[in-house]
Amino acid sequence: MLHTVNKSPFDNSTLQTCLKFARRGSAVLLIEDGVYAAARDTAVSKQVQEALKSVSIYALKPDVEARGMQNRVMDGVRLVDYGGFVDLVVEHNAVQSWL
Amino acid sequence: MSEENAGGVAKKFLYVNRKAPYGTIYALESLEVVLIGAAFEQDVSLAFLGDGVYQLTKGQDTKSLEVKNFSPTYRALEDYDVTKLYVEEGALQARGLSESDLVVPVEVVSAQRMAEIMEGQDVILSF
Amino acid sequence: MKFGILVNEGPYTHQASDTAYQFVKAALAKGHEIYRVFFYHDGVNNATRLTVPPQDDRNIVKRWSELAAQHKLDLVVCIAAAQRRGLMDKSEAKRNGKDADNIAPGFRISGLGQLIEAGIQADRLVVFGA
Repeated sequence: MLHTVNKSPFDNSTLQTCLKFARRGSAVLLIEDGVYAAARDTAVSKQVQEALKSVSIYALKPDVEARGMQNRVMDGVRLVDYGGFVDLVVEHNAVQSWL
Repeated sequence: MSEENAGGVAKKFLYVNRKAPYGTIYALESLEVVLIGAAFEQDVSLAFLGDGVYQLTKGQDTKSLEVKNFSPTYRALEDYDVTKLYVEEGALQARGLSESDLVVPVEVVSAQRMAEIMEGQDVILSF
Repeated sequence: MKFGILVNEGPYTHQASDTAYQFVKAALAKGHEIYRVFFYHDGVNNATRLTVPPQDDRNIVKRWSELAAQHKLDLVVCIAAAQRRGLMDKSEAKRNGKDADNIAPGFRISGLGQLIEAGIQADRLVVFGA
């Protein structure tokens, strides 16, 4: 399953909730304000690194760039463009948008 | 109907409810989708996570707000053959609630079980 | 693959409509089919032809209309959500005794069943919201 998260992890518990329900082998795509979770050396980066052991984590590049985050993305989080977003949806059986 | 559905094979629809009622319209308009969707005879489940459990609490009285109290509608879901209502245990506990505080019979499930339920769905509607 | 898209927020306040638009464009570019884009909640506000954004900003409504014309997209606005929020086509305006309509080209108003049908008919349903 593909999960999308569009909220900042510093303001909202959506990422935590998503990670609680994301099963091993699923994918999490950070979009919109969700991409702030992809940054290194933050209050949530340890949690994200821990999650990377069991799920794949992607961040939407246009959203990363819009927010000036392109040089802060932690190792292990893969960047995708909108086409990559489409591919992720195709590759997974269903999409859960954590709004 | 597409060929896959011509034989009447139902898809598994999950409605994920994570928002409290009244503060925003999401809970009410989500319920409206469930009611309309029931006519399509798909395999429907409702999941209540986080503040979504507040949609189901007893004792809602909206007279002073001048808005409709839609909590009784959850009790009518059975008439629409919508009977699979799953509530995440941790969400109830965190809010000091138990199953007896809810307006309808539900299945209280662990986070792990809820994750399994979500994984098996074809269409997940979240609002 | 066939995609169904649900847009739950209006233009400009939230990024949801922008993200949905970019997703749809990318899916079409990859040769996928968009079965339907359904606008619900405040998402119905994406369909008003009366928006006049500043000239240096994107015109979200027009952009949807143009994409619909170009690719014959089915853009459906939920009637119940639209009536609550003052979105009308000509026949709805007449039926409700209103003196104006405001639906942009390429959008049509219909019932929630269209969303369920998109879920049934599409291979994937993707939800964009706040």
